[in-house]
Amino acid sequence: MQLSENPSIVPARELTFSLRLYVAGQTPKSVLAFTNLKQICEEHLLGRYEIEIIDLLENPQLARGDQILAVPTLVRRLPEPIKKIIGDLSNTERVLVGLDLRARQ
Amino acid sequence: MPLGNATEVNRMQRPTSDDERRRITRGGEAPKTPTGIPGLDEITRGGLPRGRPTLVCGGPGSGKTLLALTFLVNGALLFDEPGVLMTFEENEEEIASDVASLGFDLPGLIAARKLAVDYVRVERSEIEETGEYDLEGLFVRLDYAIRTLGAKRVVLDTIESLFAGLTNDAILRSELRRLFRWLKDQGVTALITGERGDGALTRQGLEEYVSDAVILLDHRVHDQVSTRRLRVVKYRGSHHGTNEYPFLIGADGISVLPVSSLALQHGAPLERVSSGVARLDAMLSGEGYYRGSTILVSGTAGTGKTSLAAHFLDAACRRGERCLCFLFEESPQQLLRNMRSIGIDLAPWVAAGLLEFHADRPSRYGLETHLVTMYDIVANFRPTVTVIDPVTNLMTVGTHSDVQAMLTRLIDHLKTANITAMLTSLMPGQTDIERTENTISSLMDTWMVLANELSGDRHRRKLYVLKSRGMAHSNELCEFVITNHGLTLLAAAGPAREAANDVDLASLNRDHHAVI
Repeated sequence: MQLSENPSIVPARELTFSLRLYVAGQTPKSVLAFTNLKQICEEHLLGRYEIEIIDLLENPQLARGDQILAVPTLVRRLPEPIKKIIGDLSNTERVLVGLDLRARQ
Repeated sequence: MPLGNATEVNRMQRPTSDDERRRITRGGEAPKTPTGIPGLDEITRGGLPRGRPTLVCGGPGSGKTLLALTFLVNGALLFDEPGVLMTFEENEEEIASDVASLGFDLPGLIAARKLAVDYVRVERSEIEETGEYDLEGLFVRLDYAIRTLGAKRVVLDTIESLFAGLTNDAILRSELRRLFRWLKDQGVTALITGERGDGALTRQGLEEYVSDAVILLDHRVHDQVSTRRLRVVKYRGSHHGTNEYPFLIGADGISVLPVSSLALQHGAPLERVSSGVARLDAMLSGEGYYRGSTILVSGTAGTGKTSLAAHFLDAACRRGERCLCFLFEESPQQLLRNMRSIGIDLAPWVAAGLLEFHADRPSRYGLETHLVTMYDIVANFRPTVTVIDPVTNLMTVGTHSDVQAMLTRLIDHLKTANITAMLTSLMPGQTDIERTENTISSLMDTWMVLANELSGDRHRRKLYVLKSRGMAHSNELCEFVITNHGLTLLAAAGPAREAANDVDLASLNRDHHAVI
């Protein structure tokens, strides 16, 4: 699977993923998003990912820094560049594309 | 708005809430939040609906953002109401530098915790959408900013940008609906800007969600002259002016033409001010013009209108009054030189700061711009006497009705401020005076006509008072001369119904006045 046209960029599949999931309270959407994310990570990033969950109801001041608008929002902080995926992550294909784990069709 | 009408509008838009129905049937006006923008608070009878969202829409460059920012800055500075700006188009630094030229110190206000700016960046290419989401992040940010400051005012500029950044319109629309309801629940007075759309007030139909008040801004260019106009399209539960009002973005920010006084409610001072010409004062029942009145001096070219105005200015400055003089024909230097040649030296008054000239070519701006500029100058200088020489040159700038409307507003404004105003009117030769002047004559308290009459091998200067409300003025056609000692009225010429001696004339007029 070719991830990048540019050979100097290390393919994302070899790096550790630092992920942040922004939610606002324990809503069905946020629970679903977390479940979906966990499943995708276990399947595609086993052993090289970390997930930090930020509840904006508890830490509202954090919304601004990462430009959070929608919830749930998944932010891929590492590897760079930063990527954002919004929604309940129910479409696995799109999540993989958004995380650069699969080439855009 | 009449009662029936208001109810009908509500029925059309959405069911009337109990709260609103009570307000309408009571006939009372809803509470208002002043914008502090000169003129706008008059049109809306107090400001924007308190605790409710108002939509401001207009095309690019129509002044939406500036109006919204002025609302926030005035809130923080004048009304002790901190505000939150959520901007979707420009970041904090860009906005601060945009308005710094107007004297708005955004960084200072932010440091003083009177203002918070949150720049929301939405870039479609950076966001992948998958599955259901909502805009709770936006709510959280807004809520956090409002709570931190104890904000009473909120501006969203321009929330429609969300539609460009996110693809799911259905979610956006339901979230916007929720947002505006939420803003109401917070009790903040919100101002939401929207880009004008084709055949609709805004591109995304925001007016559907924000229906308490809608203000439309317009920027038109007609005959190469640009004009900005503002209209209150809708204001639920309140009376408001429905006309289009010109507004200007000047050095001091936005001003909308004040119209509050068009109801003819100015006071009628009894104090009199000298015309600067002794015998003319005598013709005006011995004491000159009424303070705060408006005087029209009309005549063909070279009849001495400006000289009469110069006497008036000179007399006012001698009393220590502040005078403004708008020139639309000659430069201040020309006027000073010409008046010095007839013995009226105005230069010392200019040096003393009592007299200020403003010369402009009429064609330089549109009527509204002239008008608003003059308002600004009057407001800053605070004169007690204002001369416009000649007012007729302004009439070349617009249509008859526009000019009339503008002059009505201007004169009204001057009267309200108790400023004695003298307007000179240059008439083309050989026309019926009283017909030519019908545009503005009804607005005038005192109207004097100057004329040159050919008599043998020389022409004689004549002056008469066509009308002067509230005083027993002379009806005489009086000859005058202009020498190097100024303008002097000669003792009554022709069939002397009134006394030849000006002292007698004065006393006679005083008697008339006493009888009245």
